[in-house]
Amino acid sequence: MRWIRAHLVGIAGLLVLGYLLLPNLVVIVFSFNKPNGNYNYEWQRFSTDAWTNPCGTPGICDSLGLSLRIGLIATLVSTILGTMVAFAVGRHRFRGRSSTNLLIFLPMATPEVVMGSSLLTLFIAMGIAPGSTTILIAHILFCLSFVVVTVKSRIASLDPRLEQAAADLFANPFQAFVRVTLPLVAPGIAAGGLLAFSLSFDDYIITNFNASPSSVTFPMFVWGAAQRGTPVQINVIGTVMFLAALVLVASGQLISNRRARTAA
Amino acid sequence: MSGPVADVAPAAASGLRRVRRNYTPYLLLLPGMAWLVVFFVVPMLSLGSQSLQTGTVDTGYVLTWHLQTYVDALSRFWPHFLRSIVFAGTATVLTLLLAYPLAYFMAQRSGRWKNFLLVLVIAPFFTSFLIRTLAWQTILTDNGPVAALARSTHVTDLLQWVHLTSNDSLMNSRFAVICGLTYNFLPFMILPLYANLERLDHSLVEAAGDLYATPIQTFWKVIWPLSLPGVVGGTLLTFIPAAGDFINSRLLGNTQTVMIGQVIDSEFLRVQDYSTAAALSFVLMLIIVVIVAVYVRRAGTEELV
Repeated sequence: MRWIRAHLVGIAGLLVLGYLLLPNLVVIVFSFNKPNGNYNYEWQRFSTDAWTNPCGTPGICDSLGLSLRIGLIATLVSTILGTMVAFAVGRHRFRGRSSTNLLIFLPMATPEVVMGSSLLTLFIAMGIAPGSTTILIAHILFCLSFVVVTVKSRIASLDPRLEQAAADLFANPFQAFVRVTLPLVAPGIAAGGLLAFSLSFDDYIITNFNASPSSVTFPMFVWGAAQRGTPVQINVIGTVMFLAALVLVASGQLISNRRARTAA
Repeated sequence: MSGPVADVAPAAASGLRRVRRNYTPYLLLLPGMAWLVVFFVVPMLSLGSQSLQTGTVDTGYVLTWHLQTYVDALSRFWPHFLRSIVFAGTATVLTLLLAYPLAYFMAQRSGRWKNFLLVLVIAPFFTSFLIRTLAWQTILTDNGPVAALARSTHVTDLLQWVHLTSNDSLMNSRFAVICGLTYNFLPFMILPLYANLERLDHSLVEAAGDLYATPIQTFWKVIWPLSLPGVVGGTLLTFIPAAGDFINSRLLGNTQTVMIGQVIDSEFLRVQDYSTAAALSFVLMLIIVVIVAVYVRRAGTEELV
């Protein structure tokens, strides 16, 4: 009893962690299911059919490819633009800085339906046909602010003395930036890029407003499939994404740990 | 805030600032801000204008300042607005209750397991949330172990009594929608709270103990006030997307749980009544801005932007 009381926070925390991970566990387990009907809700029997044939459902791998392509381009563009903006607001004082900050904050405070529908009205008014270009424009837009915020917080936590030291050692501003500032900010840029990719890859609501029947992203495919029955291949891809994310995030942690150790 | 600080302290605050580089911030800002203006500000204006136009998809739209659209839209759909705010608010309170112990444990007690736990919190976030929401259908399904457990422990009776479900199944109910919303936005609450609580100086907690504060007093007088910025950040990151969400209500709910996002989506894409949909969108944005402004002012933390 005393042990329980002493570890109450930990027990509660781990229960919450269980709640957080339960759906992922279900996704993994049910990727080995062989459902009787179209819906993969109830456990029937063990099978690796979906794993041996991940593209077995028509359209699934095309949508995955489109999502990966859009995700990569959106990540690249939003990370570059966002990092530039982050340096501007994080390192400089200029006229209009607070309104700039407001403009960066507002898209994050806008519900996805509002952002998606407002873009749709713009595209309609301008006579632009929806498709992968409009999806890309939307994705870069909603990733941008998150990149700025992530990179900005990294810039804010830097020790300015390191750059002064570089200047004292006769580095010109360009050298100081490339050899001191940029490597120090790099983890923030990487985190921002990773966040941007996950936001882009995962978005359904905004994408659906700006897509056409010929530009079906993976979330749109899942949504469409969920109306008629859920192919097991969805679980396979969900499992691979989860494991890839685990490896990616864990290796990121390892690298930053090792760096911290060598720095200390 | 304006005025070049670089003039006052050339190269002293940072090796990068030089007087002649004063236009650098504008060059850095230009592409990103242009994107935000063209694809965020302009569409918002376009949305506002669309809501005041009359016409149909086939015949085209004309700006007529027809404010009646707003009156009609609100009188038809106010229950959906109310429901969205109640659902999102409930889910936000629940995520706070769930996230706090986990964030506190990770930040203060987990020791060398800290990074491992952080990985476990972030990783689900990178898996498609549609797939994870579909997994809740599996978890809450009528013939599943969770529903059986809830029935045998009379939890289903309790849920029915508080009108969260309407029969003895868990799926397709208010309960399932709130459960899904709470689950989906939990990481958005955990991470800001964790970032805040990690900076909490543990010696303050020890000092409270030395001064004979009970654990509950320590929490309310020391830990909670210090964590308020994290709480405000987390609740905003949870409430705003939850209020506009319709994935959970669509996949886990029924016709009685339709949220405003779903109405906007179907008015735009299925009914194609663009003016009504734009008006609803605009009102949703307005409601959220007002709620956020009032909330941030009452919570007293301006350091969000």
